[in-house]
Amino acid sequence: MSHQVITANALLEGDVVYLSKTNHWVRRLEDAEVFADAELAKLALELAEVRDSEVVGVYLMNVSVETGTPAPTHFREAFRQTGPSNRFHGKQEQTHVSV
Amino acid sequence: MYQYNDFDTAFLADRNAQFRAQVARRVAGELTEDEFKPLRLMNGVYLQLHAYMLRVAIPYGTLNSAQMRALALLSEKWDKGYGHFTTRQNIQYNWPKLADIPDMLDALGEVGLHAIQTSGNTIRNVTADHFAGAAADELADPRPVAELIRQWSTDHPEFQFMPRKFKIAITGSENDRAVTRAHDIGLRMVSRDGEHGFEVIVGGGLGRTPMIGKVISEFLPKADLLPYLEAIVSVWNQIGRRDNKYKARIKITVHEHGIDEIRRLVDARFAQIKPKFTGIDQTLLTDIEAQFAAPAFKTTGLSGYETERANNPAFRSWSDTNLAAHKAEGYAIVSISLKAHGATPGDATATQMRLMADLAERYGHDELRISHEQNVILPHVHKSDLPALYTALRDAGLGTANIGLASDIIACPGMDYCALATARSIPIAQQIAERVDDLKIEHDLGELKIKISGCINACGHHHVGHIGILGLDRAGVENYQITLGGDHTETAMLGARTGRGFAYGEIVPAVERLMFAYLELRLNDSESFLETYRRVGLSPFKAALYQEVSAHAAE
Repeated sequence: MSHQVITANALLEGDVVYLSKTNHWVRRLEDAEVFADAELAKLALELAEVRDSEVVGVYLMNVSVETGTPAPTHFREAFRQTGPSNRFHGKQEQTHVSV
Repeated sequence: MYQYNDFDTAFLADRNAQFRAQVARRVAGELTEDEFKPLRLMNGVYLQLHAYMLRVAIPYGTLNSAQMRALALLSEKWDKGYGHFTTRQNIQYNWPKLADIPDMLDALGEVGLHAIQTSGNTIRNVTADHFAGAAADELADPRPVAELIRQWSTDHPEFQFMPRKFKIAITGSENDRAVTRAHDIGLRMVSRDGEHGFEVIVGGGLGRTPMIGKVISEFLPKADLLPYLEAIVSVWNQIGRRDNKYKARIKITVHEHGIDEIRRLVDARFAQIKPKFTGIDQTLLTDIEAQFAAPAFKTTGLSGYETERANNPAFRSWSDTNLAAHKAEGYAIVSISLKAHGATPGDATATQMRLMADLAERYGHDELRISHEQNVILPHVHKSDLPALYTALRDAGLGTANIGLASDIIACPGMDYCALATARSIPIAQQIAERVDDLKIEHDLGELKIKISGCINACGHHHVGHIGILGLDRAGVENYQITLGGDHTETAMLGARTGRGFAYGEIVPAVERLMFAYLELRLNDSESFLETYRRVGLSPFKAALYQEVSAHAAE
């Protein structure tokens, strides 16, 4: 069964965010809430989509949880999680990110 | 070059104030994203994978040093210290914050630049031959006409919500460096009985359904240009398909209706529109032309140039590849390569931008150009200044002697930045360039256009590359398809697909096999890759490309 995380881009910063268990937008995938139940994930997505003044382009992404923390299953999400491969910019350059 | 008048300045200030208010309303929650998105797109603001992206137009690729310095300033003050020059003579900033963008636009406005209509379903930045106004092979400078089109198309009330985007390119030379046959409208300045006019090409484009444009008018008198353009766009705006975005571009309209029917409709529309153009556009054009008068070229001797060529092999190599013939005696057109081996094609740091601005001011009559091949041009440099110019460029990492060679690769941002991409482009370009540099074969290979796109939208022009590479997502893995024999010039052709694609780790060796196949197949040193391909066809290249696979399969 596939696991899912809710993701989007922040309205002001434009960077990648994930929805946390406490219903906040967080910058790190490991802090995201992982949905094991597809129906619950869909419901949470509908609620997140309403938060139009905080984020843009909300959607569900698949993750694997084999290592205990959520990890992208698609390379596009891996790039969103880290940043571009030609320059050390984006999330990979941030050592600590507060919400 | 064109200087904004009071009207232009006031228009831009108003427009920027409008957008500032729109951003404020979005941030305050008074506009939804659905409401805001078309507004931000019309001002060049995208939301990409990691951040917003601001795309700034460089109309017909022309900049002065003050404008180039402003581009550097934007990258340092509001971005991460670099900008990315694109295949449509724009510059993109990859990391702006939404709330900063109005300030960026104001800073651009101060030097007569903007981001209007660099996105959205509008007439986009008008592109031109990057050697315009300087090339020895030019009939006339296409930039005054391009500026006229910019003014006509900017905020044109009829053309703000079209079926899809619309791109126009213009060249004043027989040697097409503006890819006119792959644009919605391509204009080639031509002469008939001593009168200048245009060959008008319509319905070209790359992307999902690549098409070479068709000639709709063999000779359009110069004075008829704007009403004729308006007729074409108007006809398409009415009958272009809005039911399916993949069939909305004019290339599909031309394909579905046929060029003869489109010509008939355009002629009928033109007859209606023409009387409304009272000649004011031609008066305006005369004023614009005066602003594009050639600089006062100096007539001093070439002291030092030939001596330096004789004594400095690095300078000789650079001047062999990076110079083009200038119309003025003693002058050369200098292409500055933004393709140092291993660098990101089209990227320039703020420091490099400032240096190029300084050099343009010192040696180049204050002019710079951006090419669709993602390099920077100093169009007017006297040959006696070339040794000093080369030294300054080389010291800044801008002296790579590879224009037109295998490492002078076009690459779109791909999945490293772009939300539409299906695979990465940049690392493939970096690795190919590093490989040919390691092998030291690119000067032996000669002219070779490698063009890489990270999705079927083809911003990297892969269909018209001698070697085209298209990155796709195949079952969650990056996969790269190769096309061969494409041509972006006046003899434009779409490349032919070779067969199955290659994995990320396989594509660079695959391209290397093609290069060595060419060296084996060519008749002699002067037969180019494209000429060889046209002579021998796809088969021998295909055999070289898939030899490993075939050998492996036979085991």
